[in-house]
Amino acid sequence: MGPRGALERFSGDVEGRAFDPHVVRRMLAYLRPHWKRMIIATLLMLVATMLTLLTPYLIKVAIDRYITQGDSAGLNRLALWISAAFLGTYVTTVSQSYLLSWVGQRVLATMRSQLFHHLQKLSLGYHDRHIIGVTVSRVINDVAEINELISEGFINIVGDVLLLGGTIIVMFSMSPKLALYTFTVLPLMVLTTWLFARHARVAFRQTRAKIAAVVGDLAENISGMRVIQAFAQENASQERFDTVNRANRDAAVGAMSLSFIFLPTVDFLGMLATAIVLWFGGLAVLHDQLTVGIMVAFLAYVTRFFQPIQDMSQLYTTMQSAMAGGERILELLDTQPAVADPADGQEMAPILGRIELRDVNFLYRQDTPVLRDINLVIEPGQTLALVGPTGAGKTSIANLIARFYDVTGGAVLIDGIDVRTVTQNSLRCQMGLVPQDPFLFPGTIRDNIRFGDPTAPDSAVEAAASSANAHEFIAALPQGYDTPIMEGSANISVGQRQLICIARAVLADPRILILDEATASVDTVTEVLIQEALDRLLEGRTSIVIAHRLSTIRKADLICVVQQGQIIERGSHAQLVAANGLYAQLYARQFVEIG
Amino acid sequence: MAQALTSPIAMRKTGDQRILWRCFGYLRPYWRLAATTYTATLCITALSLITPQLMRWVVDHGIREQNVRLLAWSVAGLLVVTLIKGVLTFYEGRGTEVISQGVAYNLRNAIHQKLASLSFAYHDQTETGQLLSRAVQDVERIRFLTGRALLRLAGSIILSIGTAIVLITMNPTLALLSMAILPFLAYRAYSYGKQLRPVSLAIQQALAVLTTQLEQNLRGARVVKAFAQEAHENEYFDAENNRWFDLSARSVWLQAINAPLLDLIANAGAVLIIWYGGLLVIRHQLTLGELVAFTTYLGQLVQPIRRLGTIIPAMAMAASAGERIFEILDAPSEVRDAPDAYPLPPVSGHVHFEKVSFAYFGRHQVLREINIDAQPGQIIALLGATGSGKSSIINLIPRFYDPTTGAITIDGHDLRKVTLNSLRDQIGIVLQETTLFAATIRENIAFGRPDATDAEVQAAAQAAQAHDFIQGMPDGYATHVGERGATLSGGQKQRVAIARALLKDPKILLLDDATASVDTETERQIQMALARLMQGRTSFVIAQRLSTVRMANQILVLEKGRIAAKGTHQQLLNTSELYAQIYNGQLKRD
Ligand SMILES: Nc1ncnc2c1ncn2[C@@H]1O[C@H](COP(=O)(O)OP(=O)(O)OP(=O)(O)O)[C@@H](O)[C@H]1O
Ligand SMILES: Nc1ncnc2c1ncn2[C@@H]1O[C@H](COP(=O)(O)OP(=O)(O)OP(=O)(O)O)[C@@H](O)[C@H]1O
Ligand SMILES: [Mg+2]
Repeated sequence: MGPRGALERFSGDVEGRAFDPHVVRRMLAYLRPHWKRMIIATLLMLVATMLTLLTPYLIKVAIDRYITQGDSAGLNRLALWISAAFLGTYVTTVSQSYLLSWVGQRVLATMRSQLFHHLQKLSLGYHDRHIIGVTVSRVINDVAEINELISEGFINIVGDVLLLGGTIIVMFSMSPKLALYTFTVLPLMVLTTWLFARHARVAFRQTRAKIAAVVGDLAENISGMRVIQAFAQENASQERFDTVNRANRDAAVGAMSLSFIFLPTVDFLGMLATAIVLWFGGLAVLHDQLTVGIMVAFLAYVTRFFQPIQDMSQLYTTMQSAMAGGERILELLDTQPAVADPADGQEMAPILGRIELRDVNFLYRQDTPVLRDINLVIEPGQTLALVGPTGAGKTSIANLIARFYDVTGGAVLIDGIDVRTVTQNSLRCQMGLVPQDPFLFPGTIRDNIRFGDPTAPDSAVEAAASSANAHEFIAALPQGYDTPIMEGSANISVGQRQLICIARAVLADPRILILDEATASVDTVTEVLIQEALDRLLEGRTSIVIAHRLSTIRKADLICVVQQGQIIERGSHAQLVAANGLYAQLYARQFVEIG
Repeated sequence: MAQALTSPIAMRKTGDQRILWRCFGYLRPYWRLAATTYTATLCITALSLITPQLMRWVVDHGIREQNVRLLAWSVAGLLVVTLIKGVLTFYEGRGTEVISQGVAYNLRNAIHQKLASLSFAYHDQTETGQLLSRAVQDVERIRFLTGRALLRLAGSIILSIGTAIVLITMNPTLALLSMAILPFLAYRAYSYGKQLRPVSLAIQQALAVLTTQLEQNLRGARVVKAFAQEAHENEYFDAENNRWFDLSARSVWLQAINAPLLDLIANAGAVLIIWYGGLLVIRHQLTLGELVAFTTYLGQLVQPIRRLGTIIPAMAMAASAGERIFEILDAPSEVRDAPDAYPLPPVSGHVHFEKVSFAYFGRHQVLREINIDAQPGQIIALLGATGSGKSSIINLIPRFYDPTTGAITIDGHDLRKVTLNSLRDQIGIVLQETTLFAATIRENIAFGRPDATDAEVQAAAQAAQAHDFIQGMPDGYATHVGERGATLSGGQKQRVAIARALLKDPKILLLDDATASVDTETERQIQMALARLMQGRTSFVIAQRLSTVRMANQILVLEKGRIAAKGTHQQLLNTSELYAQIYNGQLKRD
């Protein structure tokens, strides 16, 4: 069994460029605020590099000038110098590595925060289409991947290049001929690296996509675990997870295997260079054209020469993962919210409550119109009820009024102002919504009711709960308002969830209240009590009520019957029953065979 | 909002070593590969020990004694040795990768399997973000430990011992001198690990909190927007994010000062060698070649210890990661098959509750002394106020939870004595909260029976009155619905869920408010289809709408966890005040 289709579509593709300067530039921009630290770190690294280059030279001096000459006093002095060099290396390395890692972690935190902030701006259309686990993987895992590159990677490249350059210079100055011989290995080196780079690119990108698929599948299975168990599908879902899990393992092994071909090859080339030094250097020593000390130093430099090359190619693989991660992050950051605030940042004035839908057309997906030519006016303080068959477009109308989506034709006007011309924040903070799917956050009941107004005092919380008829059951809980709500609100009944959602909306003190099947899972006795409380509390505010249970909406000022995206009947309860249309039919259904 | 609850999975303190050993236990299935890999390591080490000897040979005999042939041979020898080493390195590297990725793969599968076996009570209390973070990042840390870190550690130990032996045979005094630094190194390494361990546990915990916050925020995106709380969510996230950063900065500091310190101590050893060894050469007690070889060896002796600089943090992190992972793997499941459980034979559908009482987490009594007798083929309707315990009753039938006292039997079989799978296979359920998967509509309907034919899927959809709207979608049954069915309307989701339950062709059907988001006309059509399908099946129906429950054989009115009244519609109108009240509220024509 393969992974679910959606997961494959969203976990990311494997194509992409090995080195995209655009991506790199944008990633490097994160280092800009830390440029002072980076410069200091670079300077420290320069010093450390020089000290590293110095020690083999000092050892050469020790051998050639003191040990072979039998100068023990000089040796003592030199030993001190070497110690000082090591001490210097320690101090510079500590400061440099702390600075760099600090910057790295800082950048990581900044990126995560930026991604989170951006996700808050994206409209619901984005969230509909993306898998939560995959997005989580971007913010948590991909970011960590990039961090390695920008914090240590870039500066290490600089360090490695310096080390390479320094080594070359030192080697040439000690013995140009021997240096030339040694560097005959270089073309081979370049060829190997090129071959490796070509294959590594795809392989390491693949690993990013695969781990995202693992997170995505796991996240979905965890949140759907109740259904999986209810349908005794543990084995099937295990198999499905096994598939993505295995793909992730194989991709990782494949990618790393490439490295393990490459690294020993570089090693071998390094040894080839050492052999050249030994052979030609040895011959030169035999002919007294070279001192033993120089040769020993040369041997040390050769190893030091190949180390950075190995490092850099390791870095290359990191870079591939980072590049893939970076692209995915930039893609997220560059996604413009489909529902955007106006450029002038105009705020919505205090709402009186007149809502008008003018020739509204709307669709979520091309070719499937959801709402067609809706015209509707609600006067301030009135209650509008939307009824109709499921999937007719009732929730969609509510979505447009709260501007979760933008209309594709026509306009939504509140107090005569097009909702697209004001900021979403100023609009929504005057609205209260009880969504069809009663979502609560992990946290206490109190925090959840206070969600719309985090500064509200406890008394306001309790008043709101009372009007939603939730106070009684909350007070009966052992921890009362401080009862923690578990993830998925698993520890309270669905009706109770709806009551808390109503309390949350009431506390926000909205000018416009939208109740989308807000009491569908609440018994009718409680519902009547809630309605009475809301009528009192929300006197003079506009409300929109969606319900299938017609007893819920009997008293509405205006009832609109929506069918297939159009309003086919409108009027009061009495008018609609008299008209004997769809409403009358739905109404009659409640009595069949009873009473 | 969405402040982090401290992990509900309680933190237990277990010895680090026990955890690490348990991590290593996951290597067992790979022992053969591990054996060859470590043999390769041994060979590589041996070859590494030969290389400086060859070098010494070259310097002492080839160059000093002007022996060109010897020079040529040893140079060739060096190349051959490196070549062999290279091949071995490949096998070693690939082997480690296969093993460690295998360990990660097994761990992740084990976690998934465990989560699937843990009962609802566990999932009620845990956070997805926590679990994700453990299954992804923490497993990754264990992978690193059981892979490269362990290999390096093993290689290092072998190399150090080998080198020490060679050094001692070459020159005992010098050898002892160079090893004088070892105790310091060991001590530093130990205290480094000890300092790092609590910090890394805290970091991992902070990351899990971050993951949870993000995950919940994305799930509740609509609510966040509706209440214009983006700014607050940002604040909460940033607060946690900064907490994570502060911890990370601390750990980075510990690593920055400690890892190079190991280097420094090792280098001090090198200075000692050059200095003292140099003096020995001056006094003609040592050849120059020996000194050169000695310094090379010292590098080898010290290198493994330097590697400790990376291995120690890895071990510290793996120990905390292991702790967090084993917490999941060790979690006891409250509902599981009895050791002598037998498969439930095909049932006729006689469901019987005998004095069933129930409480979630042992406290908070939710159901008291419930007695129900549902004859095969009957429809039982449950009615009652919000929170009166209707869903709880239904949750007991597929054994999502076990009653605290009393017993439930189906056809006389006590539920606790039969296997969960055989029980749930005969039950179709529509949960009160509709959960669909991000997949095609067809995949969703066929979820309980992936082998169902297209005709069967369509028949189930037709009965659930879902066929028409599915046909109306651009891709029909192949239409992808978003995560949790986000791109469907509430009623459409419920109908897909009903179709999913019907496709199982269950003997017992449980409908928990299954048509709450469906209009009355569609509901009537569903009911008519169900009436046909339901013949010979026992069903439990919860609904707030009387129109839904009117055809029930028994209506049970629940009040605060007790059955307050029971009977048919007509009987209850006369006997139950509560029922009459509901009736009047909903149905009386004005
Ligand atoms: N996010 C979405 N993306 C794509 N299509 C959607 C989305 N939400 C709803 N739809 C489709 O739009 C149509 C109208 O849906 P809407 O939720 O407005 O119906 P509704 O009248 O509220 O139904 P119900 O009574 O079942 O809640 C449906 O066909 C649905 O499949
Ligand atoms: N998983 C849980 N953990 C702890 N308490 C729970 C859990 N599920 C439900 N409860 C509590 O048990 C009581 C009964 O809940 P139940 O879901 O059975 O109610 P219900 O009758 O189905 O209500 P509704 O009509 O709102 O769905 C409620 O007080 C609820 O808060
Ligand atoms: Mg319920």
